[in-house]
Order: sequence, then structure tokens, then C-alpha cells
Amino acid sequence: MTCMPSANRGAVWPLPPDAPPKSEIRVVVAMSGGVDSSVAAALLKREGFDVIGITMQLWPDDLPLGHRSESGCCSLTAVEDARRVAHRLGIPYYVVNLQEPFQESVIDRFADDYLRGLTPNPCLLCNQTVKFGTLLEKALELGADYVATGHYARIGWDPERERYVVRRSADPRKDQTYTFYGQTQAQLRHTLTPCGDYTKDEIRRIAGELGLGVAAKPDSQEICFIPDNDYRRFLREYRPEAHRPGPILDVHGNRLGEHQGIAFYTVGQRKGLGLAAGQRLYVVAIDPARNAVIVGRAEEVREWGLAVRDVNWVSVPGIDGPTPVETQIRYNAQPAPAVIEPAGDGVVTRFHEPQWAISPGQAVVWYDGDYLVGGGIIQGPLRPGADQAAGYTNPVPDREPTTAGRS
Amino acid sequence: MGTIYMDHAATTPMDPRVRAAMAPWLERWHGNPSSPYALARQARAAIDEARERVAALLSARPSEVYFTSGGTEGDNLAVKGVAWARQAHGRHLVVSAVEHQAVLETAKFLSRHGWELTIVPVDEYACVHPDAVAAALRPDTALVAVMYANNEVGTLQPIRDIAALTRARGVPLIVDAVQAAGFYPLDVDQLGCDVLIISAHKFNGPKGAGAVYVRRGTPIEPLLHGGGQERGLRAGTENVAGIVGLAEALALAVAEMDGVVPRLVRLRERLLSGILARIPDARPNGHPRHRLPNNVHVSFPGIDGESLLLNLDLAGLAASSGSACTSGSLSPSHVLVAMGLSRELARSSLRLTLGKDNTESDVDAAVELIAATVARLKEKPRVSLGPRR
Repeated sequence: MTCMPSANRGAVWPLPPDAPPKSEIRVVVAMSGGVDSSVAAALLKREGFDVIGITMQLWPDDLPLGHRSESGCCSLTAVEDARRVAHRLGIPYYVVNLQEPFQESVIDRFADDYLRGLTPNPCLLCNQTVKFGTLLEKALELGADYVATGHYARIGWDPERERYVVRRSADPRKDQTYTFYGQTQAQLRHTLTPCGDYTKDEIRRIAGELGLGVAAKPDSQEICFIPDNDYRRFLREYRPEAHRPGPILDVHGNRLGEHQGIAFYTVGQRKGLGLAAGQRLYVVAIDPARNAVIVGRAEEVREWGLAVRDVNWVSVPGIDGPTPVETQIRYNAQPAPAVIEPAGDGVVTRFHEPQWAISPGQAVVWYDGDYLVGGGIIQGPLRPGADQAAGYTNPVPDREPTTAGRS
Repeated sequence: MGTIYMDHAATTPMDPRVRAAMAPWLERWHGNPSSPYALARQARAAIDEARERVAALLSARPSEVYFTSGGTEGDNLAVKGVAWARQAHGRHLVVSAVEHQAVLETAKFLSRHGWELTIVPVDEYACVHPDAVAAALRPDTALVAVMYANNEVGTLQPIRDIAALTRARGVPLIVDAVQAAGFYPLDVDQLGCDVLIISAHKFNGPKGAGAVYVRRGTPIEPLLHGGGQERGLRAGTENVAGIVGLAEALALAVAEMDGVVPRLVRLRERLLSGILARIPDARPNGHPRHRLPNNVHVSFPGIDGESLLLNLDLAGLAASSGSACTSGSLSPSHVLVAMGLSRELARSSLRLTLGKDNTESDVDAAVELIAATVARLKEKPRVSLGPRR
């Protein structure tokens, strides 16, 4: 991946040719109170846009206690921080209540997916349905043309491709393009991500120069509605029916033990299985039909390919045949070379080397250089042919797979 | 266009004459009214005089007037103070469904601490019927609270009729008159209430100053204990300038009422009829006649009230979707729900509250702006979203 310095760095990446002057373009900035969205607002204001700050109030009032955070992205502190930044920038600022769409489209679907044996990514759901769904509609109602966020991604109109494209951000460690794979052209047309041309360190420095009090705020890593990052505890309280014991089976169907509910397990997981086997065992698959957790050896957690559903094309209109890409199967995962190919309603992805812990329900995202080609939801692994069974090279990661990175 | 301010139920601008009356107590006379020297006696005298003025305006005795920090403290003092003082008699509270949160939430707090709470329903106009209050009364009822005028939809309550009932049963009647003060002569004997609450910033006085009338003989306990100020009912060094400002603002409002109120009624009717003419499916809320002279409350079916409000702000019209205290929460207004509005209709509402500085051209500009914004919002833009499962 290249991080080529953009010619119009500091400017927002290309607006369409027919765009009016910036002072006539109203932008709603989704302000979380954090450093990135604060600087996003400041950069847009500096560019001369007509900027409005909005903080989304997302958490339901009846979220289990103990999952409420004083510092998370929708807490009172967050609202106060965002309000102070907006005041300092001299922009109108509102708090809008999006609890209902957030609960329906993000929290409930997050819980539903786990109960169905999938591993969801709530930040993707939030981007697609809340930030660039309900909030975007609200912004359009306010006469705005764009919703801007503090995401590290470069989004804009590509005159050669004649479509809106998403490119990797200037900071490879902070790149958040993964969470934009599901964005339609109609959504991207209304999306601005001014932080994408900068590194995190630069964003912090700009915040400091502007005297924004949030310059030194730590990055948030957790899922915003699960501040302690313990999604299992959240599910136990939010969906007590998640406690539904069933068998832990080996790949041959032998019963090795009992699990507490398939919702509490993720492919690749090793800890918390409660098995006294001689060798290290990992979750290989989750079988909702049998309410079973399937475990196996490390090499059985690696897959040569995967089937993808709900595909969305971003920087290309589609593909006709086998196409080489870099494939990312998790937020923060290393991209791996692969070939994608249309197959029925979906797309199959074949890796050059087997990949660790393919988790149905997670997003798979394809890149061509720093362009986000498209992506979809992992339906499941493609089983390898016998001739492919040799030569596993990927090391077993030393940390447990997480359900999602914050984005 | 400069900003047009039509949210006088939230707060009002301070009258320059009030500011002038307060100035010496902010700038020169800093003495603590409880101290023994001359500097302090000036402050003491100012409070005494303010108390006499307020008492006269309410047709009360000076010893029945207590100064507070405002409406919320007054409501808390009234409900908690009377409930505590009368708990030997009984622990049952009766409050109307459309009370301000400062009364309703206080009563709900007490209901979590051993009191029983009966919430009296209202009709489609947010009106509390005396029969409904009568039906709620029990031998152990400690207090009844019904507001003079509703802060959201402006409906006036039949306080005299309700007072006749409570008086006959020997139950103290608490009247939150925060929205009514300045528009109506608050004669506590004519009203028949036992406790009455007002707040200075609602009638062009300063924020942070309020008063509570407590009829002589009404049992009441303090919220704040300490140095025994306000004859033991409200400890804490007095807000001298605020108290002086409250008395001045109330005196001015009462003196000018006969000119201001009919003018506000004319502006109110011009505003409402203008909105209805331009937006035929708009639905006015609250009682058509028994309502505050400055309150217009309308629902616009199919319109998101929050979007309407924010658009109006961006265009320079300051209004409200309900009570200032509930903005930002999604729960539809308890007042509108109690009146029987659907959640959707409740969320499509706009409150405009006029003040003495508003003009006919303000009203006409507001009508124009509201009509244009509602028309634009009806053509709701839609964005096709990403793949949904």
C-alpha cells in the first residue's frame, strides 16, 4: 500500500466537478467528542464550509447498568467535550437522539447475530445504517450536503473512474476504510472524511495547535455500547436466552464437553472452552442447527477461501471474472493476497495462503493497492481441496480474536 | 435576518429597569443580610422591602413569602416540604399528569420512598377536571399539586374549582404558577391555593431567583438546613440582587399587564391563524380559549419536530419542541401523551411562546419561515443505503 501525499493535502479530497463554492456547502460533522471528529470539524471550518456539529445520542436508556460508561462515545462527557469544541470553532451544535435506530439496527442485530452463531461487527452496522443512514437523512433535512466523520479514510469523486471511491488513509496504523465497504455510491456522494489525509500524530498536533482540549484524549478501542469490552457479559444481561448450553464437538462429531451458548464463542477462540485435551484446541466452527461448538487443531482453523454474501462494490462497478486483490477478513487484520470471482449471488475469495479464523458474520473487504474495491459478509469457508492441504505458513496469532475493532 | 426569539416559556430577556434595580446590590452593597453592621442592614432592608412588594402583589402577608433559587427549587420545596410535614397524617400524593417535571419527578421520587402517588389524568386539551381530582382524594392524602398554566401547551387549569374541593377536605393545594406569573394577577385568596411557586426569569427578571408563597398554617419542612435564613425554611445567604430583581420584575409585569396581555393575545392569534392558513393539516394543541396569552403549540403530521426546530434555529428563529428541560430526550412529551396524542404526532410538535418585545413583523416572518421549512421537510430526502440483511 502506498501513502502518497495528496496534492491538495489539507483540502478535502476531490469534490465532484459541479460542486458549488465551499461556503455554500453545508456539512454536518458527527462529533463524538474525540480528537478525530473534533479536528474533522476544525479542518472543514478552515476550508470554508458551512459546518454544523451534531452529537448522536445512541445508547438506549435501559442498557444494562454497568455497561454505562462515563467516557464512552455517547456519554455526557462526550457531549460536553463536543459542545466545547463546537463553541470554540464557532459552529452551531446539536445533540440528536438516534437511540431507536441505533438499538434496532446495531445493538439488536449485534445480539441477534451472536445468537445465530455469527460474529458481527457493530461499527459497520452503525456506519451503514446510523451515521450514513438516519444521521445522513437528518443532515439532508437540515439542508446539508454532507455528513463528515473523523474516520481515517480517503473518500471522494474519482473523475477517471467516474464514481466515488474509498482509498486507504495516510496513516496505515489507523486506517478505517474497512468500515466503509458497505457504503453505496449514494452514501459516498454525501460523505466527507477530512482526517484521511493525515496521520493520527498530525491530527493530535492540529488539535493542540487549535487549542482543542481533546487533543490528548486517549483513543477508544472498545465497542461504544460495551465499554468494558466484555461482549459475553453484555449478551448474558441483554439477551439472557443466550445462555443455552450444548455440546462441544470435535471435527469428527465426538462430544468433548459442554458450552454455555453458541453466542459466547467465536471462530479461532481458544480460551474459555473448558476442555482438558492433550493438545491446544480452537473453535473451528459454530453450528447453530445443532447448537454445537466445533473445535479442532490450529491447522483446522485455517481456510483457503471463503464464500461472501451481501456484496457491495465501492471503487469499481463490479467484476466479470477472476480478479486479484488484497483481502482483509477482520478489522485490523493483515491484508492477504487472494483472487475473487463472482459465484451465484455472491463472490468467492481464494487465498494464496490459508487464513486464520474465518468468522461467518464478519465483513471481508477487498483492496486493489490503496483502493477499496468492495466487500461483503463472510458466509463461511470454502473447504480446501486435498492437494492444498500442505504448507500452512501463517503463524497462530497470540491474541484472542476480538469481535470487532472500534472504528 | 437577526434572530427572532419565540421561546419565552423557556426564559425571557431581563428588563433594563430590573437590571437597574439590581445594580446597587451587585456593585456596591455586598453585605451579608444576616450580619450586624450598617452595610449588611442595607441588604436586609432591601430583602424586607422586596418581600413586602411581592406579598402585596400576591395579596399575601410578607411572612408567607419565601425566596428561593427558582421554579424547580420552589416545586421541590413545596412537594417534598409539605409531604414530609404531613406524613403523620398520611402518605398519599395527588398530582396532575401534566405537571412540570420538577413536580412530577419529585412526586415520583417520593413514591420510591414510601409515599403513594395518584396521577390525575387530563382531557384532550390538557385540562384537569375537578371531578378527577375529587375522585383521587383519600383520607390520607397529604397534598394536591395542579399547575396554573401548562408550560408546554399553555392550557389554564380550573384552580379555583379545584381549590374549593381541597379546601373542603383540608388538603393543601400546591399551585406551580411559574408560567402564569406576569400574565395574571395571582391573588392567592381568590385562587384558594395554599402554596404557590413563581420564578423571576419567566417574567423578565433574573435567572436564579424565585419565590414560594406558603399560606400561614400550612405544614412544610425545609429542603435546605443551615443558618436559618427565610425563617428557617430556606437556609443559605440570600441572593439579594436576585430577590430585588424578582420583586421589581413582578411589580412591572403586574403594572403593565393590562396593556401587554391583550397585545400578546392578538399576536398569538395572528401567529396561529397564519400557520393554519399556510399549513392546513397543522393541528393546534392545548385549550383554544383557556390558554396562556403567549403560547402557540402546533403539531405538523409527518414532520420530525426535531428537524423542524433545528432548521428554524439555523434560519434564525428560536423556538422549542416542548419544555426546554426535555429537549434531547427522545421520549415524547408526557403532556402530549397524557392528552392522547400519538407518539408520532407528539414528536412532530412545535412550541412558540411570545414575549412583549415580539412584533407583528416578527410573527409574519416566523409564519413564513415555518411554512417554508415544513414544506421542504415534507419532501423528505431519501438516501438508498448499503446492503441490508
